[in-house]
Amino acid sequence: MTERIGVYVCHCGTNIAGTVDVVDVANWAAEKLKHQGVVIAREYKFMCSSLGQELIEKDIKELGLTRVVVAACSPHLHEKTFRTAAKNAGLNPYLVELASIREQVSWVHSNKTIGTAKSKAVVSGAVSRVIENAALEEIKVPINPNTLVVGGGIAGIQSALEIANAGFHVYLVEREPSIGGHMSQFDKTFPTLDCSACILTPRMVEAGTHPNITLLTWSEVTNVAGYVGNFHVTIKKKARFVNEELCTGCGICQEKCPKKVIDDVYEAGLGYRKAVYTPFAQAVPNFPVMDKENCTYFIKGTCKACEKFCPTNAIDFTQQDQLINVDVGNIILATGYDLFDARRVSSYGYGRLPNVFTSIEFERLSNAAGPTSGNIVLRDGKTTPKSVGIIHCVGSRDKNFNNYCSVICCMQGLKFAHLVHERTGATVYNFYIDMRTAYKAYDEFYQRVLEEGTLFVRGKVAEVTKAARKESEKGKLIIQVEDTLAGKQRRIPVDMVILSSGLQPRADSKEVGKMFGISCSMDGWFTERHPKLDPVATMTEGVFIVGCAQGPKDIPSSVAQGAAAAARVLDKILQKEVMLEPIKASINKETCSGCRICNGLCPFNAIAYIEDDKISDINPALCQGCGTCVAACPAGAISGTGFSDAQIMAQIDGLLLRNLITA
Amino acid sequence: MNKYLLYPGCSMDSSAKAYMESLNSIVEPLDLHLEEIEDWNCCGATEYLGINLIPAYSLIARNLALATKQMNGTRTVVAPCSACYLNLAKADYYMQERPTLGAKVNEALAAGGLEYKAGTLDVRHLIDILVYDVGLEAIRSKVVRPLSGLKVVPYMGCMLPRPDYQHRWSDHEHPTELDDLLRALGADVIDYPLTTECCGGHMTQIGPESAFELIRRLISDASERSAHMMVTVCPMCQMNIDAYQNETNHFFGTNYHMPVLFFTQLMGLAFGKEPGKLGIGLELVSSRNALANLGIEVPVTQEPAAPRKKDEGLPMPRRWTKHEGRKEEMK
Amino acid sequence: MPQMTDERVRAGMNREEDLSLLHEVSMKTAGVSHLEMCIQCGTCGGSCPVAEDMDHTPRMLFAMLRAGIREEVLRSNTPWLCVSCYHCVVRCPQEVHIADVMYTLKGMAIHAKLYTDSTAPHFSQTFVGMVETFGRGYELGLATRHYLRHFPLRLPGMMPMGFGMITKGRMAIIPKKIKHIDQLTKILNRAKQLELTS
Ligand SMILES: Cc1cc2nc3c(=O)[nH]c(=O)nc-3n(C[C@H](O)[C@H](O)[C@H](O)COP(=O)(O)OP(=O)(O)OC[C@H]3O[C@@H](n4cnc5c(N)ncnc54)[C@H](O)[C@@H]3O)c2cc1C
Ligand code: SF4
Ligand code: SF4
Ligand code: SF4
Ligand code: SF4
Ligand code: SF4
Ligand code: SF4
Repeated sequence: MTERIGVYVCHCGTNIAGTVDVVDVANWAAEKLKHQGVVIAREYKFMCSSLGQELIEKDIKELGLTRVVVAACSPHLHEKTFRTAAKNAGLNPYLVELASIREQVSWVHSNKTIGTAKSKAVVSGAVSRVIENAALEEIKVPINPNTLVVGGGIAGIQSALEIANAGFHVYLVEREPSIGGHMSQFDKTFPTLDCSACILTPRMVEAGTHPNITLLTWSEVTNVAGYVGNFHVTIKKKARFVNEELCTGCGICQEKCPKKVIDDVYEAGLGYRKAVYTPFAQAVPNFPVMDKENCTYFIKGTCKACEKFCPTNAIDFTQQDQLINVDVGNIILATGYDLFDARRVSSYGYGRLPNVFTSIEFERLSNAAGPTSGNIVLRDGKTTPKSVGIIHCVGSRDKNFNNYCSVICCMQGLKFAHLVHERTGATVYNFYIDMRTAYKAYDEFYQRVLEEGTLFVRGKVAEVTKAARKESEKGKLIIQVEDTLAGKQRRIPVDMVILSSGLQPRADSKEVGKMFGISCSMDGWFTERHPKLDPVATMTEGVFIVGCAQGPKDIPSSVAQGAAAAARVLDKILQKEVMLEPIKASINKETCSGCRICNGLCPFNAIAYIEDDKISDINPALCQGCGTCVAACPAGAISGTGFSDAQIMAQIDGLLLRNLITA
Repeated sequence: MNKYLLYPGCSMDSSAKAYMESLNSIVEPLDLHLEEIEDWNCCGATEYLGINLIPAYSLIARNLALATKQMNGTRTVVAPCSACYLNLAKADYYMQERPTLGAKVNEALAAGGLEYKAGTLDVRHLIDILVYDVGLEAIRSKVVRPLSGLKVVPYMGCMLPRPDYQHRWSDHEHPTELDDLLRALGADVIDYPLTTECCGGHMTQIGPESAFELIRRLISDASERSAHMMVTVCPMCQMNIDAYQNETNHFFGTNYHMPVLFFTQLMGLAFGKEPGKLGIGLELVSSRNALANLGIEVPVTQEPAAPRKKDEGLPMPRRWTKHEGRKEEMK
Repeated sequence: MPQMTDERVRAGMNREEDLSLLHEVSMKTAGVSHLEMCIQCGTCGGSCPVAEDMDHTPRMLFAMLRAGIREEVLRSNTPWLCVSCYHCVVRCPQEVHIADVMYTLKGMAIHAKLYTDSTAPHFSQTFVGMVETFGRGYELGLATRHYLRHFPLRLPGMMPMGFGMITKGRMAIIPKKIKHIDQLTKILNRAKQLELTS
């Protein structure tokens, strides 16, 4: 049967029409591709508008079209739109092809002749391909109403609470002994200077006691299988050596434990904890964990002081790591960020010059619950600084390190200036390249810090040195900088330097992303489905990202994203079932040689080896139709619906204009 | 036998004779074979680049082209002078980064019947070879007269660790290679914050007052830290700090006496060679008093770590080096 | 009211912004200059060990380049003071090849005869002349010729040093010549006809 094909070429305003002679392309298709079955070719200003869609629907009905090609933007954007239009008109949606003449033509060319010629080739390829398309049916699967939230920072807590409050169950998995994330380390939060613990603790407690939340701290996800609606997750619950049923959180064990350890995580290396510890007083849950690497008993075989003194016999040295399997329908990743390692900027001397501190160290210094009880002092533990320099953009906006702005550190630098001023009366300098105080009430905070007399120097600090050139510099840290507004190099001696280190992706973000089947940007942040219109979803259905895991942001934005993802998850749960794209690969049992090459390549773990039959098999529910295995199979045993060899070859022929009849 | 192609540079048989003499005395114990590039020419120092770009790079590249003819068994060119090292390494790098530069330079070389394909050679500095190829262990094993008691300031200078397009050094600002090497010789190495600051370069010739200030900063900080001497890896640094120290003192009304020797001279001493064979005494600011300290035993005392008291200091983070970072990346 | 000199009046009136300047400098610089990427952060000006003596900090000079103020840029003493310490280069967050741009500006200033102090250009030219003749640097000849010309008063003060250098054999009295100086001359002559423009 010869197909009846309709071709629709979009102007996209001037987006396409600016570089492509759209009318010419349509006329060309009508004439030159007639022999392939093109019965109508139209151009229109905006094909995605309702009028544009109606045009297609009308043609399908009136001209009896059996195939449709829309030459417009990328399928990413509007494939769904046009497929729905076809469906409304009674045509199987998979008989519609998009030819991308915007992203692949008009946006990458400036010459109209070339643009027009290339558009013709792209349209020709799509026409040849669409002839080979098969009508497909969507797959329906039920949604498991449980949700997994990974990471118990403020973003993850927000997501978990929203979903739990709506009446659905949440597994909240946190790697550290307590939830709370970075926010639990801060003293005050900008721009309003609320006490961080005061606003965070109620949320932590609510999450810890909520009947719909299963809190798994000191735990990590180790495996994820399945697909939207039906994920099977394995969680490793690390041995705490404390029986959670018996422990009352009295804290006697930590008091009695003789082994002191530098706390690299919560105290940012500035303070100490014991071998058995809860990281901070308001920790949720409040029962301690024992750190096996440092515990005297585990190292030397004697001690057990904690066990001796525990009033409830909760200490259990025989505890083992546990693997827990849970089934969930959706996953929210809220794994947050790592602080940039300031030792890498060696000109600032962190790690070499004692009185250079990082931002997170300063948070601990200024925190009443911190190692100095909130006294802002030098590394000698007692001297109050008389002058303090706060350096912005450390490791951020710098091609030698991270080439992006970390968003929060200007405001954080201003917050520090205020705290130093208020608590010590010291002279404070802030060194900045650009002052980034966008968002509500942020610039007002900048005004306030200006008013307090903070000295601002516009210039990226060149170096911090102890090499004095004159008497007044001796014993000080000298900040050498160009005051770019004065056009002069300045050397400013101070007692203390605070580095506004940037935020960076978690060290394991690539592996974590891979485990959950999502990708990372070049920098390592998790990639959202659309940077503007779909910031919390990912390219993998049912997996969402919130908070700093998606990119640097402040607390309000992290919370907003946490709530937004929760709404998306609730929407999915309430729909009860989900339609899956029928674009799938399948293995021909006859030709598969059982080489297993495809098994490891599938990014979605959809291919399994069937020992009994000695061949590989694809789980259609897991397959996302990426095509990797199809191309890789040396026996040519794998083919994909929606991207069969016939379709691809036809498209190539079309692109090369081999389909044209030469008279 | 470890073979390398040697690009000595103009100063090695004149102002930096001591460097050459001492280098010659350590190649044998370290089993190094340095084959001089035949008929090499001046690298242009920092002067030619400022006048005419293509001739400047052609001048440098002639040496690289000549070196490729002697490659037999090695592709490494060693330069003992930091400025020469930088010029050679930079030419090789820029000819790749900017292919039009590479093409023009080769057009010029062709006039002399030569050609150089950028990337063919590996240009390295002498101390790089000693620390990373020969290795600190091997060096330590040759030490017969440890330099304990000699308080030295390791001065790397600026052109060696920067711009470092080939990522050879542990750090751009505070590299530890020279410190480690001197420590392997047994010397008391002082943490010198100015280790990669500039010695003034050609400013001693064209803007002496600017240069004197740079020299003053270096020697005053070294004296402040009670150094017996500075140790350098570059003929230009040695020349500026040594030969212009008198004038600098005169200019500022100061009275510094800060000898500056080449690291190879100290290696020779530690290997038990005669000072006379190492060019010691050729320096204008005499190192006699400084070297008199050798042999005097200064026991190193290390205080035991005490438990933390209430107002005791806060712990320091561990030091970071680029090598550590690289290891992490590799994991 | 202070009187404006004729020269200043003329400079102000005639100053045309030459927006091709940035591109020209960039093209003439070895490697990829990244000059257009400068964000005016001042790391270079903060790092520079000789900034105090400069008319303009390197950052400012780049702003002027961008603004196309050709004459003032080429008259600036900044490139001549640069000691090529590369501190700014490794610290610049935008990877601008600052030290190489300084070389380019020196070359352009010599070409346009716009440098204000001739000490540095003459030193470079003397040095280059020597290298072109002998193929090697010739320190004593260079030092004396240079000092006689620019610091005649300093020369006596320098004598003890020069004397020490010579008696210790650290300054050659007779220049060394490479074997194939003719080959070098051919190469340099050809090179002089070439320019880096793209
Ligand atoms: C010094 C400093 C001061 C700041 N001050 C302010 C301020 O005053 N106001 C403001 O609005 N913002 C401030 N911020 C920003 C603020 O920290 C962030 O916006 C916020 O903490 C982001 O929350 P989050 O939940 O996304 O990430 P995080 O707080 O990083 O939480 C992530 C959680 O996930 C856990 N996790 C990570 N990986 C895994 C894994 N694989 N499995 C299980 N769990 C995992 C972590 O242990 C952590 O608990 C500041 C930032 C810094 C660095
Ligand atoms: S002493 Fe026992 S009950 Fe108290 S916190 Fe420790 S383990 Fe829990
Ligand atoms: S057994 Fe371990 S955790 Fe318990 S008190 Fe001793 S050192 Fe501390
Ligand atoms: S927020 Fe401010 S300090 Fe932080 S990277 Fe951006 S500009 Fe720099
Ligand atoms: S097409 Fe193949 S590789 Fe891609 S998701 Fe499906 S089974 Fe996995
Ligand atoms: S350091 Fe680089 S980006 Fe900053 S002002 Fe200088 S050249 Fe521009
Ligand atoms: S390379 Fe030149 S401009 Fe840059 S810091 Fe050094 S002297 Fe200054």
